[in-house]
Amino acid sequence: MKLELRGITKRFGDFTANDRIDLLVESGTVHALLGENGAGKSTLMNVLFGLYDADEGEILLDDEQVNFDGPGDAMAAGIGMVHQHFMLVHPFTVAENVMLGHEGVKGPAKLLDLEAARATVREISDRFGFNINPDAVIEDLPVGAQQRVEIIKALSREAKVLILDEPTAVLTPQETDELLDIVRQLRDSGTAVVLITHKLREVQAVADTITVIRRGKVVGTAEPTASQEELASLMVGRAVSMTVKKKKAKPGAPMLSVRDLTVIDEFDVVQVDGVSFDVHAGEILAVAGVQGNGQTEVTEALLGLVTPAAGTISLDGEQLLGKRIRDVLMSGVGFVPEDRTEDGVVADFTIANNMILDQFHNEPFSKGLALNPKAIADAAEEHVKQFDVRTTSIYATAGSLSGGNQQKVVLARELSRQLKLLVASQPTRGLDVGSIEFVHQRIVAERDAGAAVLIVSSELDEVVALADRIAVMYHGRIVGIVPADTDRDTLGLMMAGATEEANA
Amino acid sequence: MSGATPATEATEPQGKQEERGASSVLREILESSSLVVFAAILASLVLGGILIVVSSDDVATAAGYFFARPGDTFVAIGHSLGSAYAAMFNGAIYNTAADSFANGIKPLTQTLTMATPLIFAGLGLGLGFRAGLFNIGAQGQIVIGATLGAYVGFAWHLPVGLHLLVAVVGTMIGGALWGLIPGVLKATTGAHEVIVTIMLNYISVNLLAFLLSKDAFQQPGSDNPLAPPVDGSARYPSLLGSSYSLHWGFVLALLAAVGVWWLMERSTLGFTFRAVGSNPRAAKTAGMSVPLTYILVLTIAGALAGLAGSSQVLGTQPSLTTNVAASFGFDAITVALLGRSRPLGIVIAAILFGGLNASGPSLQVQAQLPIDVVLVVQSLIVLFIAAPPLVRFLFRLPEPRRVKEVTA
Repeated sequence: MKLELRGITKRFGDFTANDRIDLLVESGTVHALLGENGAGKSTLMNVLFGLYDADEGEILLDDEQVNFDGPGDAMAAGIGMVHQHFMLVHPFTVAENVMLGHEGVKGPAKLLDLEAARATVREISDRFGFNINPDAVIEDLPVGAQQRVEIIKALSREAKVLILDEPTAVLTPQETDELLDIVRQLRDSGTAVVLITHKLREVQAVADTITVIRRGKVVGTAEPTASQEELASLMVGRAVSMTVKKKKAKPGAPMLSVRDLTVIDEFDVVQVDGVSFDVHAGEILAVAGVQGNGQTEVTEALLGLVTPAAGTISLDGEQLLGKRIRDVLMSGVGFVPEDRTEDGVVADFTIANNMILDQFHNEPFSKGLALNPKAIADAAEEHVKQFDVRTTSIYATAGSLSGGNQQKVVLARELSRQLKLLVASQPTRGLDVGSIEFVHQRIVAERDAGAAVLIVSSELDEVVALADRIAVMYHGRIVGIVPADTDRDTLGLMMAGATEEANA
Repeated sequence: MSGATPATEATEPQGKQEERGASSVLREILESSSLVVFAAILASLVLGGILIVVSSDDVATAAGYFFARPGDTFVAIGHSLGSAYAAMFNGAIYNTAADSFANGIKPLTQTLTMATPLIFAGLGLGLGFRAGLFNIGAQGQIVIGATLGAYVGFAWHLPVGLHLLVAVVGTMIGGALWGLIPGVLKATTGAHEVIVTIMLNYISVNLLAFLLSKDAFQQPGSDNPLAPPVDGSARYPSLLGSSYSLHWGFVLALLAAVGVWWLMERSTLGFTFRAVGSNPRAAKTAGMSVPLTYILVLTIAGALAGLAGSSQVLGTQPSLTTNVAASFGFDAITVALLGRSRPLGIVIAAILFGGLNASGPSLQVQAQLPIDVVLVVQSLIVLFIAAPPLVRFLFRLPEPRRVKEVTA
């Protein structure tokens, strides 16, 4: 089956998300759709999947024009999609999820034909070596397996074109490799696979054709043999450096000391289990690990957002535990939260107000109860310039900014104080390549200025690029703290729970 | 493309169909444009007009012989609408039948008098709404504020000037106390302010009824649930002379509006309130205390509602009864929503409502309409305000523009 998009244009108000996009996907190939976040990849796929109506352009299947009113139509025509966030009913079994939406019935009583669904799951699972039990309950399955269930769902509806939207965002390096193997198998069995991603490594590994989208337009196609630098510069529109330039760290005395930190959440689940580590002044310690292994809770405990069940945290000899969040911040901790839209900025507030969100109570921004709008505006103008926040005005709301620019606002705010410790969770998640470069430089500069830096990232590339030392977390424990030049395979195994010694 | 993170990008189409939480509904109401608010008022007046026509006896009689003389029906419709809106104008703004300007303008001063408690209570509720709190306890806060203020007014006998000041402060303390309770309960136990404030409304009214059955709160020699009148020294002086009911409480309400504007827009406290209201998680991460904010907001809101009580017991209704708060606490919810929680908007909305209330008697007498029509019009306004998409549909207004991102 051949899928062709011709001149697809989709506008939201006066913003053009897709501008006359042409795309040709042939069966038995892997077509990578490469672009930064916000480039319009997901919009395009939502148009194709019938979730949005295109303003212009047409969709052709085997040279015949089609018109989808919704996902149901698209699926009936043989297009399947695996969303970045899985669309699975958690308390249901694999077979129940697979039959959901096109339930077969049998007998005069029209009972659900669960047996047929089980057989389908077994058949597809065996064909591709998925190793999925049809009676397993979704919530008991690891993320990688859930993703395979999504793929089975699509294939059970005889998808000839399979769209994978950022499929590796939630996977460990090993799971990513397994997924890429599956993609190759699907291709060899004649499926057309569209891989939406911004990760260059994966594109190089499996793509047959690469289409690069920037600001809603197709800016070029590339061969899989193209270098990462070439692909990145196509994506961003200028030359970018893929490595973080940094001098060797000159670590000083331990600045942050965490001992036996234990965090138990509201459901009585131990999220952090007796973690101890030090971060020295002038050093970046990066915490690697698949998301949800306690990294977030460690950073939250440092700031005081959660109260640890046990353990101690001291900064420069001073006990942090039990302090109010404001006092922790003012004692020299900079905090870049993992979810910047939820925790980092107030979307309705102006950029200027977001820049002083944690310092508005200090001079010169206020005196007594009265805010000083002049001082606030002056500081904002300076920060906007310094951090290259792309905005028309400091009075624009933070919600109107792109993710990258929101992150620059958060960084500008946190780095404008004299810091002893910078804690940054997923500092470049969802950012474009250009912004990533900038954020990384700033983090390294903070280290060079003598701050201790703790980075949490689920992107192994980022961990390796930034870290002076790497701590790997798994199931709430630190599996090991290793040098920055540890090879990726070892790190990958540690992220899956293997201890350092076991590998050695 | 929207979506600051891949997460929002991918979930956008599904998110549209998801059920929205109460806070996002509140936010949508507060963010609806002035055009939508104006359209909602217009729509409710038109619908109210239809109701007036339908309920008019003359129209019903004329419609009875519609096919014989259809013209009569239309004349009757025109007449009933004309007299209703004329009665509204005469009752709320200027009485065209009056013999002098001084008497003619009385309805307007009456409108402003009736707007006064609504401004105070609306400011308090608006403050809460902007901090993300659905405080519907203004009714109880008014009652307790009025009770304390009235007690100071009739039981203490202080020098002129000081007495009024102490009594006004008394109403504020009473209201603040009644706001502090749900604030503390929410901050410490997470109890939802909607439920707690509703229950406190009942408690306050029954508490007042209980107090009015005690000698200390009863007029000497009477068993009626009616407190002694407040001393003259504790009453707001009248603003335009004794022939008008308008008193200095109205000026205080306007000052309070300016004060609330300053508090919200120009003070560190308001900065915290707004941050907590828009995004409590980001506010917490930036070191603000969300529980303390809840306590402060509800206490200040209570003090403002208490002042609404002062405009009654120290103003127009100097003898405390269980009906002291009338339905001000609930009308103020509408006023705050109509004014989109902004002080200027609240003042305008309160005057609109004051006018509707003030026109009630003349609607009844002059246009022979049931007073319920006013209530229906008020309720329709609320209904339309609460459903911006409905108003946009009726008037073919465009969807609110979603802020698009500037892609870096």
